[in-house]
Amino acid sequence: MTLAAKETAAPAARPSPASRSRRQHRRYRLDLKASPYLYITPFFALFAVFGLFPLAFTAWVSTHEWSLLSDDHVFVGFGNYRTLLSDPYFWNALGNTLSILVLATVPQLLAALLLAHLLTQRLRGQTFWRMGMLLPNVASVVAVAVIFSQLFGRDFGLVNWVLESLGAGRIDWQAGSATSHIAIAAMVAWKWTGYNALIYLAAMQAVPREVYEAAHLDGASRMQQLFLVTVPMIRPTIVFTAIVSTIYGLQVFAEPQLFGGGGPNGVTGGASRQFQTLTLYLYEHGFNRGFEFGYASAVAWTMFAVIVVVAVLNYLFIRRIRSDS
Amino acid sequence: MTSTARATASAAPSSPGSRRPGRTALPGRPGRRARAQLRLLREQPGRLAYLTLVAVLFFSGFPLYYSFVVASKDNSALAQIPPPVLPGANLVENVERVFATVPFGTALVNSVLVSGAVTASVVFFSTLAGFAFAKLKFKGAKVLLVTVVATMMVPVQLGVIPLYMLMVELEWTDTLWAVIAPGLVNAFGVFFMTQYLRGALPGSLIEAARVDGASTFRIFWQIVMPTARPAAVVLGVLTFLTAWNDYFWPLLVLSSPDQYTVQVALSSLSGGYVTDQSLVLTATMLATLPLLAVFALLGKYMISGIMQGAVKG
Repeated sequence: MTLAAKETAAPAARPSPASRSRRQHRRYRLDLKASPYLYITPFFALFAVFGLFPLAFTAWVSTHEWSLLSDDHVFVGFGNYRTLLSDPYFWNALGNTLSILVLATVPQLLAALLLAHLLTQRLRGQTFWRMGMLLPNVASVVAVAVIFSQLFGRDFGLVNWVLESLGAGRIDWQAGSATSHIAIAAMVAWKWTGYNALIYLAAMQAVPREVYEAAHLDGASRMQQLFLVTVPMIRPTIVFTAIVSTIYGLQVFAEPQLFGGGGPNGVTGGASRQFQTLTLYLYEHGFNRGFEFGYASAVAWTMFAVIVVVAVLNYLFIRRIRSDS
Repeated sequence: MTSTARATASAAPSSPGSRRPGRTALPGRPGRRARAQLRLLREQPGRLAYLTLVAVLFFSGFPLYYSFVVASKDNSALAQIPPPVLPGANLVENVERVFATVPFGTALVNSVLVSGAVTASVVFFSTLAGFAFAKLKFKGAKVLLVTVVATMMVPVQLGVIPLYMLMVELEWTDTLWAVIAPGLVNAFGVFFMTQYLRGALPGSLIEAARVDGASTFRIFWQIVMPTARPAAVVLGVLTFLTAWNDYFWPLLVLSSPDQYTVQVALSSLSGGYVTDQSLVLTATMLATLPLLAVFALLGKYMISGIMQGAVKG
């Protein structure tokens, strides 16, 4: 409280004239009124300029024939959207994205639930196990994609070697639609499972112990406790991890791009576009051939719509599961 | 962006934590209940639990370990059957080759500059705004805070096209400013700090300082900042990692190799038609090592940050 002492000392020592105290009072009022707005301004100003404005302006650009290379921006209404919806490559990208999303999210969240359940026990070395699980999350998506592309390599990949020694054949992971989706989903799941497990663990720790005692008395096994007691009680958390994973999963970019080798093969997501995702499609049109900004903006807004729809469906679906049980 | 966005999202859901059903204890027979409780407390995880955890640890660590194995090998050794699983002797040579192929040192410096600037800015502005939302009274506070929470879920990455046009206008393309500017603030940081300061900052302390004539900014500087330190560390670590690992936007806006951040340099290495795997994975290892160091030192703050995000709200 040193500041307090310093500040009070002066006015107390020599009583200030009325005008001065009025000025001080005004300054105090101003400080009290204006400061809060001043403090939140940097956030709102910067977020508006670099976050919200671009997102909103995307809608405007998407109604134009707009290229970075020319100054003419011809208004075309919904023309870009019509072209987009009649492009089979767009539907291909949407299908790939959804397929990767499901393959990555469902096993990931289930595994995270089981892991979190495991961690609620009285384990020795809690911090150690938690850090071990979070380790993959520290690696960048680029690093993950590069490492897993090596592991899933056709000729010298470790995964194929293991498959072969188990008596199964080698798989050209990149070539097939399903196999490439599995490889990419594995990258996403590897990075995020431990992270989600920690979130579930936090939610589980907030469930009152009496509930488990009661379940225990009723003879529920630990697995039954997980699915009949824990899951319904941490449902809000599950809904959110599902929605966030969805938002993230629909924007998957680095994994397929680098799985395809980063070059032109990466942009198209394989020779026959077997793993081109929506963001790769946006990248291809917006930044890889001729900066078709108008068209790419239409892709972005369509993705936005898809994200909203899938997130809402997700929410309804998980709520439904709960009310059934 | 993604990682923070994730942490965020986990935050809101469990908000009604205390309103959950089942808070009321079940009517019980005290004797049996006490015994059951004892049994529960005694319940020790079995060997199977530890075995599972060891397996999980193996899967978590192995890909990273394997990148180290490949990084320490000659490229031809990778073509062997069975593939190598033990480190070789070519690490130093490979590291030298990485630095000779791309300006990797510059990329590391660029990434430190970007992530450092973004982290400092996010922590400062989040604390400032968090203080206002948590402890100052002003008109519209509620609506504005709701706006912050709502924007946490908005996939701003979809705004890359106008953002790119904006950078062209500002003549910031192919400079680090283009990468730093959009990262200077984020909604998660503001929300996180608001939550923390609400609980950690006694209102009486602020009142006392006011009575003593301290200005609001002085209160912020001398009372709020020190109080916020634990949360600032957590937010700082999460922000730094996210900024360091950011890829999509830097890839779009940076075009010359001496402006590359680590992630872009890394992807440019793997982009050739003939990929030199041991070169690429050496670079991957070099890009990941600083993060592993940060994780080893501050990992427990990350864990508490993620778990707090999940419970609070």
